[in-house]
Amino acid sequence: MLLIYNNPDAMTSLPKDELDGIFGTVDAIMSELRERGELLGGQALAHPSQTKTVRMIDGAIATTDGPFVEAKEQFAGTLLVDVEDEARAVEIARRWPDASYGAMEVRAIMDDGGEV
Amino acid sequence: LSEPVEDLLRRLAPQVLGVLVRRHGRFDACEDAVQEALLAAALQWPREGVPENAYGWLITVASRRLTDELRAESARVRREETVYLQDVEPDAPGHDDTLTLLFLCCHPALSGPSQVALTLRAVGGLTTAEIAQAFLVPEATMAQRISRAKATVKKSDAGFAAPAREEFDERLRAVLQVLYLIFNEGYTSLRRADLTAEAIRLTRVVHRLLPNDGEVAALLALMLLTDARRPARTRPDGSLVPLDEQDRSLWDREAICEGAALVERALASGPLGPYRLQAAIAAVHAEAASAEDTDWREILALYELLERVAANPMVTLNRAVALGMARGPQAGLELLATLEADDRVSGHHRFYAVQAHLLELAGEPAREAFLEAARRTTSAPERRYLEERAASSSRRSRP
Repeated sequence: MLLIYNNPDAMTSLPKDELDGIFGTVDAIMSELRERGELLGGQALAHPSQTKTVRMIDGAIATTDGPFVEAKEQFAGTLLVDVEDEARAVEIARRWPDASYGAMEVRAIMDDGGEV
Repeated sequence: LSEPVEDLLRRLAPQVLGVLVRRHGRFDACEDAVQEALLAAALQWPREGVPENAYGWLITVASRRLTDELRAESARVRREETVYLQDVEPDAPGHDDTLTLLFLCCHPALSGPSQVALTLRAVGGLTTAEIAQAFLVPEATMAQRISRAKATVKKSDAGFAAPAREEFDERLRAVLQVLYLIFNEGYTSLRRADLTAEAIRLTRVVHRLLPNDGEVAALLALMLLTDARRPARTRPDGSLVPLDEQDRSLWDREAICEGAALVERALASGPLGPYRLQAAIAAVHAEAASAEDTDWREILALYELLERVAANPMVTLNRAVALGMARGPQAGLELLATLEADDRVSGHHRFYAVQAHLLELAGEPAREAFLEAARRTTSAPERRYLEERAASSSRRSRP
């Protein structure tokens, strides 16, 4: 799974042609993943201001507004791919625009198989 | 003849496809046509009964679909060309194209996952939906993978013929690797047992077509001997039971007998290949009445041979276990140390699991190694097992 991090407010202040370039790159990568049979799914997340955080505070479960961590770069979405190896996943992450503006994290998924 | 419709269709699928491809070329279009014919049969036969000549029926229906498809295509490119299909002989020509199909599906131009998907569909007769389900991916993703694989086969201009003599062995190795990959997908997953049965079925077909090939026989044996342990390798709650703790009375004796006999015959034929050695190792485990009775010296000798014919760090890792069991944990740990610089294996959870196991045998603290292995595996049941071992290991070493 590719975790996408970016600064949501910085993105909106980019000039139009730069934004168009970003969306163009995203579209190109998505159709490549679809065409190669690698795309399993993905989800873009709404602006972090639309977040509720639920956690234990003073022995009781409390719900607060806003993300768990107040950081400039926020978790913005996921991209789920089934690729041949880690190198291919990293390659996709490197080309994804948020690698240049925020950060991408490549995480392995757990499965139910195994052998001990 | 009361063979279930589904089994009959799976058995006939590659033969029907073979006939069509031999007559018309166009593997991609033929494959689609055969899938449609299989689907029609799966809907019709259980209701109306299996036709007397099921093979001929499938060829006729698939040929008709292919004609329609090719006609539509010619119309599209505005060619005034009629595609003429000759009538199909009612009887099977006694010629089996399954092997040729397998070579095509495991073509070196295809990636591993594409080879697997195409083999299951074109040779195994599985639908795209079934394959997608087996690999836990959306059907659209699997459909793309298959159509991409077919396009690659088309582009590579691979003719429908067995590979030339000088590349036969290499191409057969690729086929066996794909079959073993399908088996392992099924075996290591608790929810995808169907894939092991399918891999065994396909390997049986190859063994029937190449009965004198020792590696093919050995791969079949390896699958049977491994799969025989299935009933003992998990607890009802889904947790994994290591080999030395398995209840051996649950092992499938019939599969072990068949596998052991195959190994014995395969070992007598020709130079020892990697599947023969792996199958021989599996047979030694299968034939030990208890974990304590395991002939680790024999297993060690086999791993030494295996390393000579197919050197790879995972084999060395397994040899370290055998060495530890046969000559004491210190010898195993020393061999393990030589792998530390090899990044193909030193970052792998198995490296740390083996280290932990050997440390524990040596009476040394193993908790850290178990935890490191647990951190690195992507298998949920393995992680659970390794974390439990880490916990019990720290309990034991507490003063």
